[in-house]
Amino acid sequence: MALDQSFVGRSYPPTDPYEVGREKIREFAAAVGDTNPVYSDPEAAKSHGYPDVIAPPTFVFAITFKAAGHVVEDPQLGLDYSRVVHGDQKFAYSRPVRAGDRLSVVSTIESVKSLAGNDVIDIRGEVHDETGEHVVTAWTKLVSRAPEEA
Amino acid sequence: MAAQIQYADVEVGTELPAASFPVTRATLVQYAGASGDFNPIHWNEKFAKEVGLPDVIAHGMFTMAEAIRVVTDWVGDPGAVVEYGVRFTRPVVVPNDDQGGLIEVTAKVAAKLDDNRVRVDLTATSAGQKVLGMSRAVVELA
Repeated sequence: MALDQSFVGRSYPPTDPYEVGREKIREFAAAVGDTNPVYSDPEAAKSHGYPDVIAPPTFVFAITFKAAGHVVEDPQLGLDYSRVVHGDQKFAYSRPVRAGDRLSVVSTIESVKSLAGNDVIDIRGEVHDETGEHVVTAWTKLVSRAPEEA
Repeated sequence: MAAQIQYADVEVGTELPAASFPVTRATLVQYAGASGDFNPIHWNEKFAKEVGLPDVIAHGMFTMAEAIRVVTDWVGDPGAVVEYGVRFTRPVVVPNDDQGGLIEVTAKVAAKLDDNRVRVDLTATSAGQKVLGMSRAVVELA
């Protein structure tokens, strides 16, 4: 069942702010095995000109993907989430995410396509801090695979 | 920005130091907790096979996080990464043994852009197969 084209361009209200914590960044860096001190040592981060520890480049995905969840779970859209796989991911940064940020995401459906029976949806997440400054934009392509013929 | 690599010192074709990143079931459990992605295809072998996968697979976002380390280790300041995008082409299979899987990453400067920026193209393979496609980063150098 092809998705409704009228969803293209639809934006969802800004998410409640996600507060980025030092320990959460440290946990994420440890999980990917990255020992760069800018992720764990505020002094090292300051020596690079940052006010506090920064997050690895892909850290923000946890925040934008949760925001995208409001889109993919929109009952009006009707995406079969149990069949969804992650196709592409892209980020464009104005500055790195850092401890102390309170980040809010506005998700917009950029495109909806049907390719060989698969539903393909592109979601753009614009991430701003509490002052309204743009931090990063995340583009997520999700593919809902066509069910096998019964 | 405090990149340690000078824009003037690189040219198209400059290779970044390659790296290999091991991934075991324990790694995936740790990443699931840190990222909040608890999809059972990343830790439950029975579930993964039921949905047609060969075995438990790594999170695509885990692979994406490892691949960019070749760039951030090279440039020194991870905040110098201005853009980063990948296509998830094949899964990284993570067997339940002492070895697990291995993600091997190479990268080279593909273009010199304006404002001290360069485009780096990445290649990530596991078990001899390309696991990321169109894997590119734009980095601001000193």
